[in-house]
Amino acid sequence: MSEHILSSKLYYGIWIALMVLTVVTAGVATIDLGPFNTIVALLIATSKALLVILFFMHVKYTSEKLTKMVIISSIFWLLLLLFLSLTDYGTRYAGHG
Amino acid sequence: MSDSPIAVEHGPELRHHFASVEQQRDAASLGMWLFLATEIMFFGGMFCAYLIYRMWYFNEFAAGSRSLNLKWGTINTIVLICSSLTVALGVRAAQMGKRKLLVILLILTIVFGLAFLGIKGIEWHEKYEHHHIPGASFDATALEKPPYSNGGIDPSHEQIYFSLYFAMTGLHALHMIIGVGIFAFLLFHAWKGRYTPQYNTPIEIGGLYWHFVDIVWIYLFPLLYLIDRKPLG
Amino acid sequence: MATAAITTEREHYLNKEYGIRSWLLTTDHKRIALLYLISITFFFFIGGFFALLIRLELLTPAGDLVQADTYNKLFTMHGMVMIFFFLIPSIPAVLGNFLVPMMIGAKDLAFPRINLLSWYLYIIAGIMMLHCMVTGGVDTGWTFYTPFSTAFTNTKVIEAGLSVFVAGFSSILTGLNFVVTIHRMRAPGMTWSRLPLFIWAHYATSIIQLLGTPVLAVTLVLVVCERVLGLGIFDPNRGGDPLLFQHLFWFYSHPAVYIMILPSMGVVAEIVPCFSRKRIFGYQAVALSSIAIAVFGFLVWAHHMFVAGISLYSAMIFSILSYLVAVPSAIKVFNWTATMYKGSVTFSTPMLYAFGFIGLFTMGGLTGLFLACLGIDVHVTDTYFVVAHFHYIMVGGAVMGYLGGMHFWWPKISGRLYPEWLGKFAALIVFLGFNLTFFPQFILGYLGMPRRYWQYPAEFQVLNVMSTAGSTILAVGYVLPMVYFLWSMRYGKIADENPWGAAGLEWKTASPPPTFNFEETPEVTWEAYNYDQIPAPAEVLIER
Repeated sequence: MSEHILSSKLYYGIWIALMVLTVVTAGVATIDLGPFNTIVALLIATSKALLVILFFMHVKYTSEKLTKMVIISSIFWLLLLLFLSLTDYGTRYAGHG
Repeated sequence: MSDSPIAVEHGPELRHHFASVEQQRDAASLGMWLFLATEIMFFGGMFCAYLIYRMWYFNEFAAGSRSLNLKWGTINTIVLICSSLTVALGVRAAQMGKRKLLVILLILTIVFGLAFLGIKGIEWHEKYEHHHIPGASFDATALEKPPYSNGGIDPSHEQIYFSLYFAMTGLHALHMIIGVGIFAFLLFHAWKGRYTPQYNTPIEIGGLYWHFVDIVWIYLFPLLYLIDRKPLG
Repeated sequence: MATAAITTEREHYLNKEYGIRSWLLTTDHKRIALLYLISITFFFFIGGFFALLIRLELLTPAGDLVQADTYNKLFTMHGMVMIFFFLIPSIPAVLGNFLVPMMIGAKDLAFPRINLLSWYLYIIAGIMMLHCMVTGGVDTGWTFYTPFSTAFTNTKVIEAGLSVFVAGFSSILTGLNFVVTIHRMRAPGMTWSRLPLFIWAHYATSIIQLLGTPVLAVTLVLVVCERVLGLGIFDPNRGGDPLLFQHLFWFYSHPAVYIMILPSMGVVAEIVPCFSRKRIFGYQAVALSSIAIAVFGFLVWAHHMFVAGISLYSAMIFSILSYLVAVPSAIKVFNWTATMYKGSVTFSTPMLYAFGFIGLFTMGGLTGLFLACLGIDVHVTDTYFVVAHFHYIMVGGAVMGYLGGMHFWWPKISGRLYPEWLGKFAALIVFLGFNLTFFPQFILGYLGMPRRYWQYPAEFQVLNVMSTAGSTILAVGYVLPMVYFLWSMRYGKIADENPWGAAGLEWKTASPPPTFNFEETPEVTWEAYNYDQIPAPAEVLIER
């Protein structure tokens, strides 16, 4: 892993993007989009998280595949937990909204 | 893997069992990433509980979410994002060997971290005053009922929302407190000038931890505050 | 010991420094392994003591030794101590700690101080558990099932929960250290396809520790919060779902079984080629099957909950997925037996344990298939059939592997040989005692005797007496190795660097090894298990 010293301009750019997205997500939540409110909120959160991971945590610039593997597999495991639980909760019984 | 058989002259920061400084740094960085993977699963257990109860008790979750203070929530998100910026710039300053700048940025990070915790405290206090803490004194009568919920909200199910709210924000705050502790430690050593362009791994991996805690909040904010903010009526 | 002997002796990790301080503040992975060895042995005998009390109570149908409440605490403490304080740390923390750096040609683990920290966390957790034990104990079963653990029992759930939480941290740190070490610290030439299978097994184990343990940790935190702060996440009175607790709990605790068994499989994969004088059959298949077990292990957890009220659809999914685990497990068993085929097999003590492991693990695994099958599981859930099944895996599998490994590497750890005839004798006793203890439990369970009761109908007595008798024999079998290991430290024959003629880097350094394992960093130019190039030592040949 070689060290990359990124320009501070890039950091400020990411920071502004994160601020804008925060304001947007809070604003969009007050508009009725039906089921899309949740989807938009999660999409914005994910893009914010990606900005932090890729730039602030330097994952975009690391030559190390292992770091990416660790991130991807931990997210995969989290999804395993959620989806396999849902095989039960999604089909259990009527009566819960 | 870097294994240089030649014994290079190295500074005191290279521990005896590593062959090179690169190997030591790569090990530390991988270690922190693996630790963050465990942290994802740690919060993941609560996200799983959240997902299921949100499906079951959506009305109660919506009502609970409305009762949170959106203003403080947004401000806190902004505070954390600012702290992430100061951390990222701090890592950069350490890599460039700018000791003074690093110290200032670390102090700023700690200040932002404490500000976040302070605001969180204000919010929790608000919840306490409104009797929204799960337990015997819990009172859901003051909550706004979402317009489309015809049956109203079940106060006991409402407690599930607030149980999750306190568990998730509480454990997140605990991580923040640990983060502030770590950064105080880093500040002390940065002050002493221990970090150089050749050796700044502690700043780097401490920064990874801080960013991770920020990311958790990036998800907690919409999941807890923004479940249902549509205008009533 | 005469001082003259010390001065002429070669310096190694045991005699480099003396005094309690040099042990309690050590960062040498080999010394930490010995600290772990002493502490897990202590907890093994505490857990064993509870087991013997349980078996004594079940000698007669009536509840005459203890009453129901005490009995509940006995099996709870037995489970918690054995699982969290013996089985989970057993092979990784003792043999893994000792061998992982040596097998890959490193001077130490990547984070020696974190390694020591993980031992201290284990000790703190252990003290909490002991304190909890002597001040009243817990009666929830090792599974902490809600709502009993959160709303009904008045026993020390909080302290036990926090103790397991801390022990979990210790386990995570060990796993983290191993993964980083295996990735970053390999000697030149030690490629992934040259790694010993013991390392592959520990790598897979560490993945489970890293990704599973935090879920248990947060679940226990939520249980503690529910008791202390009145949160209601699992509280059915407030619409919480106790089954959610079970989902989260088993998400860790089923893979935890593989934390216990995978390292044992790694040990067997080292022993079998050595005493068959052959390269392991299907190296790649055995290596990848470890990873496969680690991954599949995460897909099957709800088979512990078939009758608990999960949806039938979900039960079917988990049942099918559970069968999947049989595939990599079978791959391992077939490859070990294929390794022995046409090998020159020596029945040395470690090999006897390996044989024991293969047989008992196969039985445990096959009965596991019964339990994965929905129809049969409904019939035998919560009976002694389940108890027998998991003891075949955990005791017949994991403990056999642990003992086999201890015998195999004892010359390396201590620099001394144990008396071979006593070793074989003890292995035999363990095998007989084990089967006498647990085989009758299969029948008991099939006949319908439920687990976790202090009384039972009189018609079950004969089989229970057999089981209790077996447990006493098993106890003798477990005490014996401890006695002759201790004896051998002083009086055993001096071991040379490779008494078994085994392959692997750990046998290329002195016994006991120097502090930094190797005089100079080795360079690996050969494939793993190159037994065609290593002559069998004369002594082993005579033993045949």
